Amino acid sequence: MKKNQMLEKIIHGIFLLLGLITVGCVLLITVYLVISGIPAIREIGLIKFLFGKEWASTAAEPAYGILPFILTSIYGTAGAIAIGVPIGFMTAVYLSKMASPKVKEIMQSAVSLLAGIPSVVYGLVGMLVLVPGIRKVFHVPDGASLLAAIIVLAIMILPSIIKMSVTALDAVPKEYEDASLALGATPIETYFKVSVPAAKSGIAAAVVLGVGRAIGEAMAVMMVAGNVPNMPDSLFQSVRFLTTAVSSEMSYSSGLQRQALFSIALVLFLFIMLINATLNFFLKREKE
Amino acid sequence: MRKMKKVIGMMMVGAMTLSLLTGCGNNNKVTGSVATDGSTSMEKVIGGLGEAFQNDTGITFTYNPTGSGSGIKAVQEGRCDIGLSSRDLKEEEKAAGLNATVLAYDGIAVIVNPENPVSDLSVEMIADIYTGEITNWAEIGGNDAEIVLIGREAGSGTRDGFESITDTEDACQYRQELTSTGDVITTVSQNLGAIGYASVASVKESVKAVTVDGIAPTEATIKDGSYVVQRPFVLVTKADKKLSDAAQKFFDYITSSAANEIISAAGVVSAN
Repeated sequence: MKKNQMLEKIIHGIFLLLGLITVGCVLLITVYLVISGIPAIREIGLIKFLFGKEWASTAAEPAYGILPFILTSIYGTAGAIAIGVPIGFMTAVYLSKMASPKVKEIMQSAVSLLAGIPSVVYGLVGMLVLVPGIRKVFHVPDGASLLAAIIVLAIMILPSIIKMSVTALDAVPKEYEDASLALGATPIETYFKVSVPAAKSGIAAAVVLGVGRAIGEAMAVMMVAGNVPNMPDSLFQSVRFLTTAVSSEMSYSSGLQRQALFSIALVLFLFIMLINATLNFFLKREKE
Repeated sequence: MRKMKKVIGMMMVGAMTLSLLTGCGNNNKVTGSVATDGSTSMEKVIGGLGEAFQNDTGITFTYNPTGSGSGIKAVQEGRCDIGLSSRDLKEEEKAAGLNATVLAYDGIAVIVNPENPVSDLSVEMIADIYTGEITNWAEIGGNDAEIVLIGREAGSGTRDGFESITDTEDACQYRQELTSTGDVITTVSQNLGAIGYASVASVKESVKAVTVDGIAPTEATIKDGSYVVQRPFVLVTKADKKLSDAAQKFFDYITSSAANEIISAAGVVSAN
């Protein structure tokens, strides 16, 4: 008996330790980002850093304004959501409520496959197909643009949105729908007026997850967006996101430039924390 | 990274004890390792040299392609024996106690789409194009198409080289800033109106290198200086610290005329 208890305790300890590794990593990254991100902000000035419209890190008189990156990330993510959410949401409703089991199985494995494609592949296809395509369709001199990034991001966030929405819709009690149908509502009416409202927290969480994925993507975006630190005034402008601002200059950076890159990462980190907090809020509400 | 440092450190300690054991009489037998770190543009040339050196002497050679800035920093912090930079050292870097030795010259080719009829540009024209003074190919004898400026990211050795040679620092109106030579070449090969730059060694047939003031980028024209868009490949060492025996041997080898063949095989022009 005593031996068993002892063993129980030891195993408990091991599990606790393993759990703490994750927490430790998060803490380490947070502390590291704050410590390495603060000095540049202090040197440049918070207002000048966040709201400066010019980024010229290697110029003779360097300028470190990241407003173009922040706006690009927001516009890019909003655009991806505007395209990706309707498609993903409708697909989820179809898969959960209308599709035959066979179709559902095939389509869901296709969605999983889409989720598994590495982002560099999205970028490559975007660079070789989408960018020249935009150039030809819209008759612009160059297709690498905010629009190209939005389209790539919209496709990339589809799997997260579809999967999570399907889970939420599947969890709606069948009795609700049966009651609605018994009262004379058509199936479509039932899905949109009963099932979807019942699953709305889950669907909202899916959207937030999509936002998180879109704002954090770097590789694919870097290959199609052109990466020039312009203000995002037009869909066809070459732009740079928060993520790509860090990754494109990191390898050659030095001094204040490198510190400023850490500060950008810190800003991005804060964005993601905010999104995670929102996600938790929706998930909690769904449970209740 | 730290692990590698440890391994290299252990190797060096091993080498030192070995040399102590064998005594000072046996000078030719140097063991150990040479660590280089820096410019990605120098990969071809330094890789070829390192391989030949390793085969000849048995000394382990490592190369860490991180970029000129990182390589200079690495040698400054003692994380490697020789730093590799594809630009001249800045004054503040020289002041920090670093020595520069030119290993070779790399021509930077100005590339356009093969179907572009424009095949010769002057340095002034290139500068005007990149600063946005000339925006249409028709202005310089080409098709009526907007010029799409492709460049490299801030901090890249090729960009720094190109902008300092053409005197367009901080003034280039890039349409795209890409992070590798391969991306630049791919993009230019896909867009009829595009112009870009890349080191001569890496130019492929999918793009056309224009002549500058009538001179094509070849080994002869780069070496005699008549092709003006070129930059040095520099070996960076610490002024106040002697190289290890192995590193010194490597340094002597690559700056000797014996290395010329390998250097030119890499598509750049030897300085020695």
